[in-house]
Amino acid sequence: MENIRNFQELWFVLILVLFIGYSLLDGFDLGIGALMPFIGKTKEEKDILINSIGPVWDGNEVWLITGGGALFAAFPHAYATAFSGFYLAMMLVLFALIFRAVSIEFRTQDKAGAAIWEKSFFAGSAAAALLFGVALGNVVYGVPLNNKMEFTGNFFTLLRPVPLLFGIAGFAAILLQGASYAVMKTEGELLKRSFRAVSILVRVNLITAIVYFLTMAFTFQDITSNWLFYMAVLWTVLWLSAISFSVKHKNDSSPFWESSFAFIGLWLAVAAVHFPNLIKASNDQNLSITIYNSSTGLQTLKLMSVIALIGMPVVIAYTIFVYRVFKGKAKLSEHY
Amino acid sequence: MSALLLSRIQFAFTVGFHFLFPAMTLGTALIIFISETIYLIKKDETFKKISDFLVKLLGLIFVMGAATGIVMEFSFGTNWSGYSRAVGDVFGPILAAEGVIAFFLESVFLGVLIFAREKVSPKVYWLSALLVFAGGHLSAFWIVVANSWMQTPAGYAINEAGKINLISFTGAVFNPSTIVRFCHTVMASWITGAVMAAGIAGYYVRKGLHGQTARTMLKIGIILFAITPLLQLATGHIHAIEVINMQPEKAAAFEGHFYTAKGVPLYAVGFVDEQNEKTYGIYVPKALSFLYDFDWNSEIKGLRDFPKENWPPVNFVFQVYHIMAGIGILLIALGLLGAYLLWTEKIYENKLYLSILPFLIPLPHIAHETGWIAAEVGRQPWIIYKLMKTADAASVVVSAGEIAFSLLMFFLIYLLLAVMFVKLFIKIVQEGPAA
Repeated sequence: MENIRNFQELWFVLILVLFIGYSLLDGFDLGIGALMPFIGKTKEEKDILINSIGPVWDGNEVWLITGGGALFAAFPHAYATAFSGFYLAMMLVLFALIFRAVSIEFRTQDKAGAAIWEKSFFAGSAAAALLFGVALGNVVYGVPLNNKMEFTGNFFTLLRPVPLLFGIAGFAAILLQGASYAVMKTEGELLKRSFRAVSILVRVNLITAIVYFLTMAFTFQDITSNWLFYMAVLWTVLWLSAISFSVKHKNDSSPFWESSFAFIGLWLAVAAVHFPNLIKASNDQNLSITIYNSSTGLQTLKLMSVIALIGMPVVIAYTIFVYRVFKGKAKLSEHY
Repeated sequence: MSALLLSRIQFAFTVGFHFLFPAMTLGTALIIFISETIYLIKKDETFKKISDFLVKLLGLIFVMGAATGIVMEFSFGTNWSGYSRAVGDVFGPILAAEGVIAFFLESVFLGVLIFAREKVSPKVYWLSALLVFAGGHLSAFWIVVANSWMQTPAGYAINEAGKINLISFTGAVFNPSTIVRFCHTVMASWITGAVMAAGIAGYYVRKGLHGQTARTMLKIGIILFAITPLLQLATGHIHAIEVINMQPEKAAAFEGHFYTAKGVPLYAVGFVDEQNEKTYGIYVPKALSFLYDFDWNSEIKGLRDFPKENWPPVNFVFQVYHIMAGIGILLIALGLLGAYLLWTEKIYENKLYLSILPFLIPLPHIAHETGWIAAEVGRQPWIIYKLMKTADAASVVVSAGEIAFSLLMFFLIYLLLAVMFVKLFIKIVQEGPAA
């Protein structure tokens, strides 16, 4: 009989991949939303920014839906504990995502109310971008759990300094995704402003990322021998520095990729210290929800592996095809 | 109110609101695909204009469905964590498969449909229309699989620890009710799309707007409107037999049928006196027995064969079921009338029929909503039929106050969305297809 632990570990990696895919892809369109008031000054510029994400944002959000479904299927207890335990926070995420999604469409169709929908697009994008990191920070830093794997804290438990710091680091990374995507997709004044945003955000990210790494280094034990963690730190800092170099040379296509690689470094660092936990118990380490005590059975994990390993390459292939259809600078009035 | 009841209300409200949009999406995607196919073959610009117009509507409809759909996936964890812990082995892969196999396809290629008419070749554009159609229907398939598994669970076993384990994924996916319920749901969506297209086109033709484009759209809409309710009669019939066989107490509640008997009547309208266990109304004698297996005297189980604590609320289920069935019959008649008027070419001048058409647009929605309510409330008190009670499925750590707050927020947000949707839908209709 195959060892179920191999599949549990495989699914830790695959869910990490889905979350990384989500944060890179929806990350840039959330980032565009959160930056829109700052880099888009005129109506035309805002139109271009919206057009740059218009054809792809909904596909990007499917990474979240699939990641959530995969978490449900592989580690239902982690899914159940986090979603019910963080109830109000999850509702805020949902409200933010709803507003962000409909605002893109309403802004285009409802000319009279466009200004309001721009604001709600901004607010929804920014709130979602911030909350994802806070949620992750909580499961990594630890929350109080009982022996039935239920969350015993309250809404304010979620707002402790360390999880908030995770939220800020994630928020900064998402903003950089958005700004570097804007650099790739815009021209003229808008491009100049996007470049400026990238160079500011690189500095912000260097600070937030280093604080994030230091916090982890001081918070978690046994980190001294964790080579993956140190590799991830180095990796992130190198790619962030590479962005500054690209900005100096007015290279408009590289920053997005460099920002994406740097973001992956943030994920690898947290995965390195968190594995094999899914939701750490802050009150008693033995109560933690791990990949070993929360997973579905071998049959389900095997089935899911087949679906993911056949299905996702196909998804990635046609996603690349569609991105190539929309490659190049975004233009005005592509919408309808 | 208890947290359980509030969670039930919240799920019913959010899923009921959500389903309005996928129902329109599937039907609209069908008509877009038909128009694109004819356009690709005949190169007739009229079909391109119809398709472009419907794509614009689909953009609005789809975004509403996507925004409200993500709520549903979250809600299994947020409000039904007991359920999630119990069924992860079977239910989880079904939801995950929906994402990987279906929803990516629909979402990614919808971007091409809306934004890339000029960027891709006509064949790639046609293929995108096909993939949006296919992705949407695959999504519907997986979601109906998930729900059907709650109605007629299969492919699982309970281990020593009392945990539900997956034994056969194909068994779970193709459980006894999946196929017929998928057909019934898809047909409901096609009717919704057909009536929507016919309603909009009927309005244009009556007002003398958009000339040939409106007349062609009316033709497509009416042809589908004539065919789909008839097909729905067939899927509904097969589905009803399936429910009588697989969930007899639900079927008995649909007809307010208490005592197992031969030659059971079929009610057109009526009222169930639950206290005295009697049903009053207009009925066709022995018709239910006849429809069950074409024998006027076949035996149908009554509610009294089952413990009373496992009955759904009988009169409520009876009423919603009969609203659905009544609208179904009305739509068959109106669709056939439309087909007759189209056949005799009188439809373009028939002001009365044309002015009724737009007012029919809500009817398929009422029918699919009441149908779903009948299916879901009819399953109570079970969340998974004969396997898990709804009362054991709710999250234990979420308080009634928290749910009351989220429910109020959903109500306010969805009200705003509904107002905006109707307003923008009307605006797009008034702009109409390109000249």
